[in-house]
Amino acid sequence: MISRNLARFLSWTATLPLTSLLGLVGFSAHATRRAQTAPENDEKSILAFRAVASVLTSPRCLNCHVPNDGPLQGDDNHPHAMNVKRGSDGKGSPSLRCAACHQAENTKFLHGPPGAADWQLPPAKTPMAWKRLSMGELCRTLKDPTKNGNRSVQDLIPHMETSLVRWAWNPGPGRSLPPLSHDEFVSRLKEWIDTGAACPQEGAQ
Amino acid sequence: MQAIHFTVNSKPVELQMDPSTPLLWAIRENLGLTGTKFGCGMALCGACTVHVDGNAVRSCVTPVGAIANKHVTTIEGLSPDRSHPVQRAWLQVQVPQCGYCQCGQMMSAAALLAVNPEPTDADIDDAMAGNICRCGTYARIRKAIHAAAEMARSQK
Repeated sequence: MISRNLARFLSWTATLPLTSLLGLVGFSAHATRRAQTAPENDEKSILAFRAVASVLTSPRCLNCHVPNDGPLQGDDNHPHAMNVKRGSDGKGSPSLRCAACHQAENTKFLHGPPGAADWQLPPAKTPMAWKRLSMGELCRTLKDPTKNGNRSVQDLIPHMETSLVRWAWNPGPGRSLPPLSHDEFVSRLKEWIDTGAACPQEGAQ
Repeated sequence: MQAIHFTVNSKPVELQMDPSTPLLWAIRENLGLTGTKFGCGMALCGACTVHVDGNAVRSCVTPVGAIANKHVTTIEGLSPDRSHPVQRAWLQVQVPQCGYCQCGQMMSAAALLAVNPEPTDADIDDAMAGNICRCGTYARIRKAIHAAAEMARSQK
């Protein structure tokens, strides 16, 4: 029975062009390799994501990536003084705009308003909030275009190069820095994307 | 030092200044417009509020270099004859006590009414939360903003 099937298969392959045959063999080898390396890749990807998340959950990022109406302040994530609101465009309420105090550069004195070009929160429609999310939820939120500002994962890279994001590494006096350097952060982000942007299991911390 | 051009109360101005100098210094010391007050110097109190291209900003933390070619309005430029609804309402309600913060309060109120001609109490609270009054005139400020809104509507 086996030899009859083998004979049929060989006679079928004889009718195929050589390139198709090689393709078939190549695909089969790739599938085998993929099956062997996918969990390994996922592990590597999740490890890279955890490094990325250590930055995303630092106060410099988290204070504006909030689910509520207004931003937070300081390393202890306290509500922003003056009852500052997000506003529909993320740039403050119509008559108390972020730019009323936050200029293009930091003020030089301790606890003075920090600044960078286009100072803002994510807009109200896509608040990109990740306060209180588990690692898995944060990862899936980051990948979801309905929650990440309609970005592909590749689009996250240019966002991380904007002056507003880069400000986190030059936050002015009295503010802590994210746990990785900016170069290392972007490098781990690219690694996460290149390894399939895998996410930790639901509920993983 | 560099030449910085902008307009103040619709008049063109050229100042030779270090561009990192706070706008408040330029307004008070160089242009002699002392209605705008120094309060905290850290954008915490709102006493120094002016308008830059129509938006309320804290002039104590705004570098003068950042407002090159922009339009600045101070309390002196709110109207030529104190006829702005906010000015009239402030008089009608007799808002100030010591008065030190009131120019900043009025500039924030004017910026609010420019974008929201019929603000609710909540809108007023949100918009004015960055302007501190140590005399505690907040209730009169809110009342005056409603009065100014009404005056502006009846002018139309």
